[in-house]
This record gives sequence, structure tokens and C-alpha cells, in this order.
Amino acid sequence: MLRLSVVKRWEGFKLRAQLDAPTPGVVALFGRSGCGKTTLINIISGLLQPDEGRVELDGVILTDTRERVRVPVERRRIGYVFQDARLFPHLGVLANLRYGWRRAPIESRSIGLEEVLALLGLERLLDRRPHQLSGGERQRVALGRALLSQPRLLLLDEPLAALDAARREEVLPYLETLRDKLSIPMVFVSHQLDEVLRLATHVALMEAGEIVASGTLSDISVRPELRAIVGPEAVGAVLDGVVTHLDSAHGMADVQIGRGTLHVSVLDARVNARMRIQLLARDIILATEPPRGLSVRNALEGVIAELSEDVGQAMLVKVDIGAGAAVLSRVTRHAAEALGLRVGMTVWVLVKAVSARGHTYRAGER
Amino acid sequence: MPSLTPAELDALRLSLEIALRSVAFSLPLAVLVGYLLVRSRFPGTLALDALVHLPLVLPPVAVGYLLLVCLDNRSAAGRWLLRHFGIEMPFTTGGATLATAVMTFPLMVRAIRLALESVDRGLEAAARTLGAGPLDRFISITLPLMLPGILAGLLTAFAAGLGQFGAVITFASNVPGVTRTLPLALYTAIQEPGGEAAAMRLAVLSIALGLIGLVLAELLARRVYRLLGR
Repeated sequence: MLRLSVVKRWEGFKLRAQLDAPTPGVVALFGRSGCGKTTLINIISGLLQPDEGRVELDGVILTDTRERVRVPVERRRIGYVFQDARLFPHLGVLANLRYGWRRAPIESRSIGLEEVLALLGLERLLDRRPHQLSGGERQRVALGRALLSQPRLLLLDEPLAALDAARREEVLPYLETLRDKLSIPMVFVSHQLDEVLRLATHVALMEAGEIVASGTLSDISVRPELRAIVGPEAVGAVLDGVVTHLDSAHGMADVQIGRGTLHVSVLDARVNARMRIQLLARDIILATEPPRGLSVRNALEGVIAELSEDVGQAMLVKVDIGAGAAVLSRVTRHAAEALGLRVGMTVWVLVKAVSARGHTYRAGER
Repeated sequence: MPSLTPAELDALRLSLEIALRSVAFSLPLAVLVGYLLVRSRFPGTLALDALVHLPLVLPPVAVGYLLLVCLDNRSAAGRWLLRHFGIEMPFTTGGATLATAVMTFPLMVRAIRLALESVDRGLEAAARTLGAGPLDRFISITLPLMLPGILAGLLTAFAAGLGQFGAVITFASNVPGVTRTLPLALYTAIQEPGGEAAAMRLAVLSIALGLIGLVLAELLARRVYRLLGR
């Protein structure tokens, strides 16, 4: 468990954050630029000292201003992957990788060089110098260097922000691999929703120096606070399900979500694999009766849990689809009135298979 | 160029020896002072800065005179050095070295300071997160990154050390084979009737030394920068 409760003041800025996050797990600190995300992970790493508060990792107190505890950064064993990689320019790739490893206590050395090289695809880069690497390669080396320092927690400060779309794809799959193969807890900072969707198990939403909501990604995806950050178009439930059937000939998978099953078009999947699906609110149609004769492949029965105002004469309808899962649908105010939508009403959630975005997601499967 | 006389060769050897020894002694102290000036926040920084740079703005003769007053055999410090270490400063090669070191110290400190200011503190923070303590960080990260600046400072101080005159002649006098370096030999030649040819030889020698130093410094700097990938 990572527990923190800190206050840090600057001129015109105040960070006041409280977070309990499970370890291992991947927590995304998500919010707009300048909301204090980086400040918060700097406090966790110890590079910044909070004015007040405490930071605790798996029962070890790292910072406690009241008890005057402040474990020095170099003894926290918290890995940090910076936005700009920060490879040591006077050392080659191998020496960079070994820098933290050589300084890690011998008894804690559980991740070896060979393993990291294979996980991150670094074998062919060992003889290079940092300035001979592409942006994506640099981030991978920085990631490997941090991993080899045998961290108890890995912090990532927008590790993909400095990269263009193609270079991001050089790094993202490796981050997914790390999450699935190693049980190192991670906290990563992001202002890109798609990164969060692919990587996070938990999300802490930040706004103006405060954590306004935190929880599993599915919980947070239907919270109104997220709407304010990602904008109305990107609002939609994120659901974690399990693949129950595969129809490779049509590129379709059946994914069990809540009490129902969604048919999703996917590129690759395996039966029993966990799959994360994003259902954008704008793509979801509600019906007050069981639908018949439609091309829509998915109709999940649910109960309206909440109705709220959305931008531009629209309503957001939150529908409980059982087993703790919920989806959001955007309907016009006119339609909501015509159908007589109200809380507690049974409705059918209609989703086109092609609009459900699936990410294979292996965490917890091993 | 006509060949050099034994006395002139002596002056050349002495110049090189004194310049080399002065930079060797100054270097660790210059790194320390540079570090204090850039990184520490103690209130005496400004005074230390002024003290270090004083030789740049004082007449060299004044620096030599002050050294003489402080380290003369009649002064407390001079007697202490003589009694405990058998070191006699005035009118010795050691004295000439000290005068040279004091005069070139600000040049070295300035170069080192610039080098330290250009070191990305983010890299030191990265080293910290990887488990490196303060001394470890300084040796494994800060110092190597400062290397181009340190080398530049060493070469500048060495080249300037070859040409020290006022402070050396005042503090260590003009003793042939002991403190008579190239510039002092040049000065002596000019003073003597019929010394024009010798003076010209020594002047040309000084120019050659200076040029070699500058070219070496540039080559070295390029090599180091290539190594650092900048």
C-alpha cells in the first residue's frame, strides 16, 4: 500500500493531496498540465520535501514531517523515470544500466541485467552512447536503469510525453509488459487518456493541486470529475472483462462484463484473457424495451443509476449493468424526456461491436 | 632559429616546472572553492568570491609584496613554515610557484565554476534516485561532467602561469636557475646592453609555447565534447 497525505505550498500554488493506492498496481496520476502531478511524485521520491504530511510505502514511513522522518532519496529505493530520460551522457548504455544495479543492496537484487535486456529489447543498444539513441530508445534505457536499481516502487513522469506517436509505440508495449510480468508497483503521471487506459489499474484524478477522485479505472471512468478533464467527447465507461469466446474468422470476441456479454471486434485476443473495453458515452444507445431486428450486436440489460446534465442540451445517463459495472450514455434532453428516463428504470444498453475499443490486458493473470 | 643558451634552456625548464606545479597544487583547491561558490548558500560566499578574484584586479607587484610580507622569514607564518617543514618561500622555486599559483587561481576557479554551473542538476537527481549518496554522486556524475571545464581551466592557468612576472619577481626575485623563468629572463635580456638577440629568441619562444598550449587546449576540448556527445 502506498499511503500519502501531504501539503506543499508555493507562491500562488498549493498542493494538498491524499492517496491510498494498492501495491502492486499501476496508479495513474491523471490531470491537466500544471495541476501538481509531477510535484506529487517528486514528494514520493523524496526529491521534494512536503511542508506537512507523510508518505508511507508498504508500512515503511519515508517522510513524516511531524515525526521528523525523512529517508534520503538515495536510500528509498524508489525508481524514477523522468520525462527527459536523464541518461548520463558520459557513460555508455551498459554503464547507465548498471549504475543503479551496482548501488542496490546485494540481497535485494532480484531483477537481473539479462532479464531487463530481454524485457525491454535493449540487447542491441549496449555499446551505444546516450546521444546515439532515439527518444524511444532513451526512455527504454532509462526504464531499464530504474528497474535494475531494484526499486520497491517505480515512478514515471510522463515517460511518453516527449515522444511522437510512432516513438510512443516503441515504449508503450514495453510498459505493458513490465506491468504484466513484474510485480513492481508503479505510479505514473499522464495527461493522455489513452495511456491511462492501456496501463493503469487505478487512477487518481488531480485538479488544481488536489486529488479529486481516486479508485479503479472502471470506477473513475464514470465519475463526473473525469468529464471536466478529458472533455465531453472522451467520456465513457471503461470496463474490465474476460474473453469467453473467440471467432477469429470474423475478428470478434465475446467478453463477459457485469452480468452480460459484449461482442467486440478485436485484433488479437485469447480465451480467458482479460480485456479492457472503453465504451464512449456518445456511442451508446438506450432502449426502454428489449430491442429486436437491429444490426447492433450488443444489448445489455441494466438499471438507470443516475441522470446528470451534460453540455449542449444533453444528459448523461449512468446505467448499472450488474456485478458493480456501469456504463455511461449520452442522450439528448429531448430523447430523455420522450422516453421518460428516470432513476431505477430498466433499460437496454445498445453498443455497436465496432465502437467498443478493446485492449488486451493481462494484469493479474499470471 | 639560433639554438638556445644553457641559461635560456634553464629558464624554459623552470617556467614549465613552475607552471605545472602551480596548477597541480591549485586544482583540488580550485574545485573546492568553485563548488562552494556555486553550490553552497553560506553568507561568506561573496567575500570568498572577492578574495579569490583579487589577484585579477590588483597590480601583480602588490600581490608579490603582500606574499613577501606574509611569508617572509621574519613573519610568523614564514618562521612556522621554516621551523616545521623546512620550507623557505622567498627567493626559491617554491616561492615562485606559490606566486604563480595565487595569480592564476582566479582563472582556474572561473573555468571550474562555469563548468559546474552548466552541469544539469537533473542528472544528479537521477543519480540520487538510483542510490548514489552525495560523495558518490559528485565523483561519478558531477566531476566527469565538469571535466571539459576543468581541463580548460587547467590549460588556461598553465598558459598564464608560464607568463607570470610581477608577483614572481617581487616575491621570489630573479635568481638564475632558481626563479628566473622565461619572462624574467626576457626582462633581464632587455636590461642588458647587447641583449636584443637573446630577447628576441625568448620572445619567439614564448609565442611558440602559447600557441602550442592554445592548440592543445582546443584539441582536448573537442575530444572531451565528442565523448560527452555534445
